[in-house]
Amino acid sequence: MSVLIVVESVDGEIKKSSIEAVSYGALLAAKLQVTPVAIAIGVQDQAALQALGKAGASKVLAVASELLKQPQVLPYASAIALAATQEKASVVVLPKSTFSDTLASRLASKLKAGAVTGVTELPDTSAGFKVKKSIYTGKAFTHVEVKSAIKILTVAKNAVQPKEDGGAPAIEAFNPSIPESDFKTKITKTEKASGDLLLTEADIVVSGGRGLKGPEHWGIVLDLAKELGAATGCSKPVSDMDWRPHHEHVGQTGVKVSPNLYIAIGISGAIQHLAGVNSSKCIVVINKDPEAPFFKAADYGIVGDAFEVVPKLIAAAKNYM
Amino acid sequence: MKILVCITHVPDTTSKISFTDNKFNSSGIQYIIGPYDEYALARAVELKEAGKASSVTVLNVGEADTEPTIRKALAIGADDAIRVNANPRDAWYVASQIAAIATAEKYDIILMGRESIDFNGGLVHGMVAELLGLPSVSPIMKLELDGTKASVAREIEGGKEYLELETPFVAGCQEPIAEWKIPNMRGIMSARTKPLKVVEPVNVEEGISFVSFELPPAKGACKMVDATTPEKLLELLKNEAKVL
Ligand SMILES: Cc1cc2nc3c(=O)[nH]c(=O)nc-3n(C[C@H](O)[C@H](O)[C@H](O)COP(=O)(O)OP(=O)(O)OC[C@H]3O[C@@H](n4cnc5c(N)ncnc54)[C@H](O)[C@@H]3O)c2cc1C
Repeated sequence: MSVLIVVESVDGEIKKSSIEAVSYGALLAAKLQVTPVAIAIGVQDQAALQALGKAGASKVLAVASELLKQPQVLPYASAIALAATQEKASVVVLPKSTFSDTLASRLASKLKAGAVTGVTELPDTSAGFKVKKSIYTGKAFTHVEVKSAIKILTVAKNAVQPKEDGGAPAIEAFNPSIPESDFKTKITKTEKASGDLLLTEADIVVSGGRGLKGPEHWGIVLDLAKELGAATGCSKPVSDMDWRPHHEHVGQTGVKVSPNLYIAIGISGAIQHLAGVNSSKCIVVINKDPEAPFFKAADYGIVGDAFEVVPKLIAAAKNYM
Repeated sequence: MKILVCITHVPDTTSKISFTDNKFNSSGIQYIIGPYDEYALARAVELKEAGKASSVTVLNVGEADTEPTIRKALAIGADDAIRVNANPRDAWYVASQIAAIATAEKYDIILMGRESIDFNGGLVHGMVAELLGLPSVSPIMKLELDGTKASVAREIEGGKEYLELETPFVAGCQEPIAEWKIPNMRGIMSARTKPLKVVEPVNVEEGISFVSFELPPAKGACKMVDATTPEKLLELLKNEAKVL
């Protein structure tokens, strides 16, 4: 029996969220007294595969197929389902992402498994198998009992501390045979802001809102982010007006983030924006209006004009960091 | 080209969430079409208006109290509606109901939101597709049709991916796939008489169950830092909050 952990990579590089998922899977496997097995598709680098051992995997299935180089839901679901059967997986763990949610749903159907996305803690296995998950876009939590023999979980950021004390894993090549019909969708083009920190993975996020008055003023957001090593986000009207690209839009209808530190500049704190940030560990709000609702959801606040406060903050960060 | 749009009936995004006796407290809650679902619906209606689709059917798995939400979808421009008369227990249950309807009716495209805003599962589109043996894409923010060939743009972390696929398929949608549609008077009037069929659910085995609910712990007071000394903030973030 095993816990099978799905590793996501971008251009051959393992995502940080996957290291967390492997740690989660390893801790869960220890609880269930089964083997933690990772499956990594499209990762060639041996050192990267070894790192999955550090995070807790005792075995790594490495899939090298050219056909599977780019993440595609159907063939990935087939490959992972085959691996789950081979490894007699009782739980399949995936890092939460827009890709893995779809993957999880197809796996659930293939394996007749109960699936829960975005779990925030290790399961309670004292009686049955219960997991905690956030619902109503962060406004509440639920404890879900999974009753099926095989269980599928996608793991939210910060659900566990990443492990680093694991040993060297057994690395095995895995060559699943994928049906032709899985290649019905064709990727024609990919557009990616290269080199940027991924918003969902970043430990610090600096976001700007309509209070910044226009895209030409984004320099202070970008500079502060650069000083802090942060990813940048924005509120919905900002992406609606094309001041910033859509994938930076944070909130109920955009990206949900849970960094250690979220800094909101010139964002009022509408409930739909808060829905995307309320699982951040620490929230800082900079707003010229002392009555801005965001202060009620913040840990630290500065009432002031962003165009005066933020440049000072950047200068301070230059000396401080 | 027949399009099916699956919609959820969910609390308005401004709702205050609470639970009484381990049940969602619906008193004073305004219900809406899930915002992602509404974008899917708006795109389906746009495709029909452009002559690229022949019909748009909306489907909701819900009890009788969801009918005003379904009527709103008809007012936005769907031609007819189906309500599967059941409590939408979980993603697998809902997906099984949708697949049962779609097996009989043979839709070319099945659209829905990327996720519901109550349970945030994001699972139904993939499950429906797997049950029907169809490809699925999500979350898509662009959908163009050229006969049976579809081009879509899917949001990926940090960017976009463009894909091509043939109908039939299933897709989870998000903005800005369509212009938000506000129903006009004619739409609202005609929605009253458009067909709304109620069907009974198929049996589905229970895989998961929601045991209990809780609210996040209350936030402490916000500590204010003077605007003239923002360097104090960095000190607090480093030494007190320990996040730098
Ligand atoms: C169904 C639905 C879904 C939605 N989803 C989202 C979502 O996912 N994400 C999202 O963000 N919104 C969402 N919204 C929109 C949301 O309701 C708000 O309209 C939006 O978040 C406001 O953005 P904002 O704070 O940037 O702008 P505003 O509300 O206009 O706030 C601007 C703020 O900047 C401050 N300010 C102005 N000048 C300065 C200055 N010089 N220095 C410092 N501060 C200044 C002002 O005091 C004000 O608080 C949604 C709405 C609906 C109905």
